[in-house]
Amino acid sequence: MPPAITLKNKVREDAVVRGRLLAALAGILVLLILLVWRLTDLQVVGHEHFITQSENNRVKIVPEPPIRGLIYDRNGVLLAQNMASYTLEVVPEAVPDLDATLVELGEVVEIPQGDVERFRQLVSRKRSFESIPLKFRLTEEEVARFAVNRHRFPGTDIQARLTRHYPLGEVTAHVVGYVGRIDEAALKRVDPVQYSGTSHVGKTGVERSYEKVLHGTVGYLHVENNAQGRRLRVLDRVSPTPGSDLLLHLDAALQGEALAALEDHTGAVVAIDPNNGGVLALASKPGYDPNLFVNGIDTETYGELSGSNLRPLFNRAIRGQYPPGSTIKPMVALAGLEYGMELATGHTFCRGWYQLPNSSHRYRDWKKSGHGKVDLNWAILRSCDVYFYEMAQALGIDRMHEFMTRFGFGERSGIDIAGEATGLMPSRAWKRAARNKPWYRGETLITGIGQGFMLTTPLQLAQATAIMANRGRIVPPRLVQAFGDLDAEQFTEPAAAAAALGLGEPAHWLPVIEAMEDTVHTPRGTAHRIAEGMAYRMAGKTGTAQVFGLAQDEEYDEAKLKRTLRDHGLFIAFAPVEQPLIAVAVVVEHGGGGSTSAAPIARRIIDHYLARELPGAADMAGKPAG
Amino acid sequence: MHSHPTLPQRFHLDIPLLLAILVLAGIGLVVLYSAGGEDTGLIVKQGVRFLVALGLMLLVAQIAPQHLAYWTPWFYAGSLGLLVLVLAVGDVGKGAQRWLDLGVLRFQPSEMVKVAVPAMVAWYLSERALPPSLPRLLVAAAIIVVPTALIAKQPDLGTSLLVAAAGVFVLLVAGMSWRLILAMGALCAAFLPVLWYFFMHDYQRQRVLTLLNPQSDPLGAGYHIIQSKIAVGSGGVFGKGWLNGTQSQLDFVPERATDFIFAVFSEEFGLVGSLGLLTLYLFIVVRGLFLAAEAQETFGRLLGAGLVLTFFVYVFVNIGMVTGLLPVVGVPLPLISYGGTSMVTLMLAFGILMSVHGHRRLLSD
Repeated sequence: MPPAITLKNKVREDAVVRGRLLAALAGILVLLILLVWRLTDLQVVGHEHFITQSENNRVKIVPEPPIRGLIYDRNGVLLAQNMASYTLEVVPEAVPDLDATLVELGEVVEIPQGDVERFRQLVSRKRSFESIPLKFRLTEEEVARFAVNRHRFPGTDIQARLTRHYPLGEVTAHVVGYVGRIDEAALKRVDPVQYSGTSHVGKTGVERSYEKVLHGTVGYLHVENNAQGRRLRVLDRVSPTPGSDLLLHLDAALQGEALAALEDHTGAVVAIDPNNGGVLALASKPGYDPNLFVNGIDTETYGELSGSNLRPLFNRAIRGQYPPGSTIKPMVALAGLEYGMELATGHTFCRGWYQLPNSSHRYRDWKKSGHGKVDLNWAILRSCDVYFYEMAQALGIDRMHEFMTRFGFGERSGIDIAGEATGLMPSRAWKRAARNKPWYRGETLITGIGQGFMLTTPLQLAQATAIMANRGRIVPPRLVQAFGDLDAEQFTEPAAAAAALGLGEPAHWLPVIEAMEDTVHTPRGTAHRIAEGMAYRMAGKTGTAQVFGLAQDEEYDEAKLKRTLRDHGLFIAFAPVEQPLIAVAVVVEHGGGGSTSAAPIARRIIDHYLARELPGAADMAGKPAG
Repeated sequence: MHSHPTLPQRFHLDIPLLLAILVLAGIGLVVLYSAGGEDTGLIVKQGVRFLVALGLMLLVAQIAPQHLAYWTPWFYAGSLGLLVLVLAVGDVGKGAQRWLDLGVLRFQPSEMVKVAVPAMVAWYLSERALPPSLPRLLVAAAIIVVPTALIAKQPDLGTSLLVAAAGVFVLLVAGMSWRLILAMGALCAAFLPVLWYFFMHDYQRQRVLTLLNPQSDPLGAGYHIIQSKIAVGSGGVFGKGWLNGTQSQLDFVPERATDFIFAVFSEEFGLVGSLGLLTLYLFIVVRGLFLAAEAQETFGRLLGAGLVLTFFVYVFVNIGMVTGLLPVVGVPLPLISYGGTSMVTLMLAFGILMSVHGHRRLLSD
């Protein structure tokens, strides 16, 4: 115990302690004021800011992707649909050790090596925090097995997803195209808001060109969640608007028929309804299974497809560029009539070859012995080359270029899918610009029979044929007939603005179309073999495109040539002649002459189409020739 | 003058202080009900703790200050011994050795030291007249530094600083000269870099850095500060209402029943509630200082004042941390935060204060 304290000390101590306590109180007040200032700063000055932040914490906006529109052919056959399936998905950011997880997952659910590879590729190109599918179409048993082991795999879950599926696969691949996952490249093309919940986007074909229509409008869920991200309740919902369905002009059965008719050949068939430009068939062979691309294709399969020298991924119908050969002779003849060439109404004598004045080079006719006396009708139905050499020489390249361009040669047709090639309708200006060379007379001649520089796509040929069938009325080709809610029959038809070729004398169509009709229906016509049993009237023109140039005195011997050097067989046709319902162009690569390879295919698909559109004709088609 | 003592007088109680403590504890239970997810079990548990602590306070209030002073050196020595024991055999909890497992209960000796250090300093200084001479101040400093260093070694920097503060407050009240106080302040400031480089752990440095710029690590160490500021700020003037604080109820506020319970209170009761709470704390502090000033013997008034000032430091450090003024240190909000240890210490301190005040008349007899 301390010794006794004196009174003096006691008084002094009181003063000291009280003074210190007052000082402490002052300090306390200062610190309290500091706290009050801080609270005011947060709760009054910063309130707006913090209330926003707390709302952002509490309420998460979750995008709800719209359901993609379906695609139907003209007869209501489903070409693209959405199928529900269970998918095993992984959010790589949420997985501590991806490699170990993949191995462990493999013990629970069997994952083929191809899937793992495809998954790794997707991971390398994904959006951040995106859920990447590892395995599709899980069975009920696999779902159950995963559910039991789920706690072992953070960041991994099973989702019920709608997956795009193309029931006809290869048949419609080049037309409908396919959707694929939105990768970095695709992300630049799409509206990030509209696609915030969407995983797939149209990559090719109609799926791509009608992406906006098919996709629909995104919806939103306002979700209250806690700090762990668990969804507590839905506060508000803005429903997504499903994408519109598409009704195509395409006739899937006809498309299938065209592919079947091509048999083992590579090639393309395009069929157009001349009345409305509707594309009835747009077949390119070989094709591929578009379903492989929907969720990412594995490297090996893709390598096989892209490396194949048959080029299955290449859409020959709109991208393949072929010399049109004799198929353009009717158009050249029409140019002759229109420009009042003497030869168009007169005749020439074919000796089997043609020589330019002051030149020793002989331009040969396909028929060595010649056709003899040839007028316009005979020249078309026998496909006389000499007549058209002479006609081309008379017209000159400038007039030929001008007139052929009116049929759409050398220009994109404007079909409603991307990727169309322009083809080539040569001219002096083109040759100067592209080759920096003057135009030679001989080049005019071979252009007259569709050889030389001229290149056309099968689609361009079909469109030119449709213009011919329409006697000059031009309707741009269209794959899509209408979109909207097809079940409710509320749909819009895209306007097809028709134009006119504008012939000075409409009567000029007559002799040309007659000659094309005679090509099929008279015994000497180059395509007369396909007329057997035909119950309707068809106008057509055969063509053969050289792949391999022959020297002056060489003979073309099909049997000796390798397949890839053999000529392409071509055929254009429309039917019925008086009221055309279908215009067709067929290209059979390395098929040899058009009359034997391409013409029968055209007959087969026109028969098929008219059997439905013109039942009377179909009945007659079934009867044996009289 | 020798009238019959009233009931409070007989039990050496200060009614204003007792009422304030009861109101504060009541508020604490109300907030805890919200912060603890409306768990009545939690409320019962905390209520029982409070009653036990209240009993302890009443008990301590009955002991005359002389007896408290008599036992002080033993208490201090025992505390030091336990601190050493903790370093030797203590349990590791949350990465630091703080707990002593006594079989039935786990026990944190550093809590004892929070009372033992100011008591020892008060006991030592009250032996001679105030203000203390320089040699006596140096001895007093040694009394403070030894346990402080032991706690810092656990490591528990926050508690060691609070313990040191409690001792220093006694020195301040005892009349240590202002010049010395300034010199000591300067010394502390000079010591800060040494502390930073040699005594602080990485996580402690990180906490300080995070305070300076919470956005530098919004998902890691800065998360606590950011979320608690959002909770307080979004409460606004009148708050979101009891049980309606989204930051608190949806788990965004971390440690919301314990160290960050003020964020819950402030979010749900707003600026108005917060000012009310601060006023209540101020009332307790002022009343406590008044009781200390009124005390008649030196030991009691020094210890009482030191404990009250320490109590205020708890309030300031906790609210400063929750509002992002101070780094995150594990200091509970007195009598509101869930937990028993700090409540017992605090009630013990209030018991001492009541004893100091309540035994005056007996002394003057």
